[in-house]
Amino acid sequence: MTKGVAITGMGIVSAIGNTVEENYVSLIENKIGIAQIQHISTVHANVIKVGEIKKTNEQLIAELRLDETNNFSRTAMIGTLAARQAVKNAGISSINEFRTGLISATSVGGMDMTEKHYYDYFEKPELVKYITCHDGGDVADKIAEELGLKGMVTTISTACSSAANSIMLGARLIKTGKLDRVIVGGADALAKFTINGFKTLMILSDDYNKPFDNNRKGLNLGEAAAYLVLESDEIVAKQNKKVLARVSGYGNANDAFHQTASSENGDGAYLAMKKAFEVSGLKPSEIDYINVHGTATPNNDLSEGRALKRIYEDEKVPDFSSTKPFTGHTLAAAAAIEAVYSVLAIQNNVVYPNLNFETQMEEFDLQPQTSLKNKNIEHVLSNSFGFGGNCSTLIFSKS
Amino acid sequence: MKKTYINGVGCISTQKTFDTVFLEEAVVNHDENVLAVIPPVYKDYISPAAIRRMAKGVKNGIVASALAMKDSNVENVDAIITGTGLGCIEDSEKFLKSILDNNEEFLTPTSFIQSTHNTVGAQIALLQQCKGYNFTYVNGAVSFESALIDAKMQIEEEEANSILVGGVDENGDYTTALFKLNGRIKKDNSGPYDVLTSATSGAVYGEGASFFVLENERKENTYAELLDVSIVNTLEENEVEDAIQSFLKSNNLEISDVDVLILGFDGNADFENYYKNLVQNSFAETPQLYYKHLSGEYDTASAFALWMASKILKTQEIPEIIKLNPVSKPSYKTILLYNQLNGKNHSFTLLTK
Amino acid sequence: MEALKAELKNKIITTLNLEDIAVEDIADNDPLFGDGLGLDSIDALELIVILDKDYGIKLVDPKEGKSIFQSIETMAAYIDANRTK
Repeated sequence: MTKGVAITGMGIVSAIGNTVEENYVSLIENKIGIAQIQHISTVHANVIKVGEIKKTNEQLIAELRLDETNNFSRTAMIGTLAARQAVKNAGISSINEFRTGLISATSVGGMDMTEKHYYDYFEKPELVKYITCHDGGDVADKIAEELGLKGMVTTISTACSSAANSIMLGARLIKTGKLDRVIVGGADALAKFTINGFKTLMILSDDYNKPFDNNRKGLNLGEAAAYLVLESDEIVAKQNKKVLARVSGYGNANDAFHQTASSENGDGAYLAMKKAFEVSGLKPSEIDYINVHGTATPNNDLSEGRALKRIYEDEKVPDFSSTKPFTGHTLAAAAAIEAVYSVLAIQNNVVYPNLNFETQMEEFDLQPQTSLKNKNIEHVLSNSFGFGGNCSTLIFSKS
Repeated sequence: MKKTYINGVGCISTQKTFDTVFLEEAVVNHDENVLAVIPPVYKDYISPAAIRRMAKGVKNGIVASALAMKDSNVENVDAIITGTGLGCIEDSEKFLKSILDNNEEFLTPTSFIQSTHNTVGAQIALLQQCKGYNFTYVNGAVSFESALIDAKMQIEEEEANSILVGGVDENGDYTTALFKLNGRIKKDNSGPYDVLTSATSGAVYGEGASFFVLENERKENTYAELLDVSIVNTLEENEVEDAIQSFLKSNNLEISDVDVLILGFDGNADFENYYKNLVQNSFAETPQLYYKHLSGEYDTASAFALWMASKILKTQEIPEIIKLNPVSKPSYKTILLYNQLNGKNHSFTLLTK
Repeated sequence: MEALKAELKNKIITTLNLEDIAVEDIADNDPLFGDGLGLDSIDALELIVILDKDYGIKLVDPKEGKSIFQSIETMAAYIDANRTK
């Protein structure tokens, strides 16, 4: 079994907290972040519930000390905030001291600014600076600039699995010796564009989302940003760094079934998990907790559940839960915040509850963990799936 | 460690780059500041049932990838990796406008689905039933090079034997209007537009899709070996030469080993010193080429340059229309590509015969 | 009713970009999904918007569409019975 790539720092902003500690407290004290929408004016305000970060753009600008000429989208602001926390947490003082990269993830980048100003650009010259925010790479470019990071910077956009792929790429860049240190993660602020997009697909719930429940009605959208610092064992040894946990396995596959829906038997999900086990050298039975994708759409949970049943064949599926009832589905950031939660599960030896679960699905005998459970956690598997059949699995292990 | 070979290419661009030998029909358009692709006959490649919802970028990506697959005689690939700056921006525009114009009512899902950045790679996978690794990179001018780096790493580590990798972007009317407003595209009615003699900021814009089949073995139809790819977010004008030298050095090469230098000149006078310094100094004796006067500027225009470089190594010929200087060599073995956008997102790509 | 059916056929062809299909090609009882016209789940969502926008019928659960969108016949009958505009 390979040792995996060291995680030495984490940062997160989500609907359930603006720091790693706040997020953890919310998870173990059942404090959910889903409520009526506050920061975006939308005709759907009364019929949807969302997980918003409890800060206005003005508060974020003040906290980041941005001057008034800044052209940060909300996505870039929350991304920068989380990335700064991660770098600080990893005790990095000189960002370019080693070959350092930034691999970010986003679904719609600075769409929050594009949609706010779309028709005003031609009338209001002071808004023109926001046009470049639309670019998917704008968030990563801004984070890099704020961190003073000059080297390899790129962004992955594979819908709701994006951040899993940025963590995967970061781990591979370190494993192959191409970089010594990589900041990986993702950011997505809520946008009217996304809300209405999911609305047209009729997969938004008008209630609190209920993953893996027979009566689940769909997902709640959320916004978040999270970044993790991955470092080579050489740096860890040289600087005597504390390793929070390790990225020990990863797998990516495409369902190649439908543009938005997952296949009935969860082919892509199954293949992604299978590859992650191969990379890690672990057996499925060695997993202590599965942080499922569990969006609570009828389609995802059925497909993911079937894939789990296939991976575990006749064995019992380990304790599993979706943390999306806490945060909402944060799209391109989802795998990054769930990576932070996976590391916290390993550090604190806990399984988080899958809130709102009442009735087992009729298709199979899978029951998520519904209350907080304390037990030794050595390995956590985290799934993330996205439109376009993009399926990703990460495995995190105790160092 | 396995080596990476370019064994098939496919290019849809603002020039006639399919059903041709190599740029013999290329023309420089001095009159327009936004260039459109010369479309192939999509229905020759995509069924009517599949094509009806496809965005322009998806269609171009599918045709370019089909051309590359055919060119390489490869039927199935192990992975599909795509780079795009703005994705299918026309559908993003359409969906956003319908949200704003209809006050969030009566919206349909098709343009939302087509607007997601990974839709090109996803639909290629769907058509080819490729269940392997599938990534999409979206980081401005290094979107395509990010995909190349990933693909090369997959082959080196023997995670994949054959990979389809490509860069695709499309123009959308509203977005190009916004880019004229913020200066990314040169102003209307200020032609003739010339990439090399321009004294104004902004670029002439374009669109296109270039795909490549990369494999871990040299074949009879191999175009080139992909030696190395590197991206750097931030470099000052005076740091570029050092960056190139250390990039070459890490591949045991020196500037004198480079037979052709391909530069991303896009007519933006504000940032052309990044290239001019190289042209006038360290690479003065090297054959120098440019391409954005043909392809237009767009985030993945550098994939057009890789297509060009592949063709040069295979045909050993350099069309006059892309020459920056009169220097030539009896044979062309090693090609270096350098691109940047507005002083950010620099990329270096090294090919050898 | 006949007028409504013709109207629906036209709408389906235009909205779903069925370029190669003419109104005459769709019989009233042809299945719209699967073996018939070959529509898929994304098309079903588009049809739900047609119901809402043009006939004032709101479906909450996409599954309701299954019986309604079996054919032009069933679709027209449902619209005729439930339309609010």
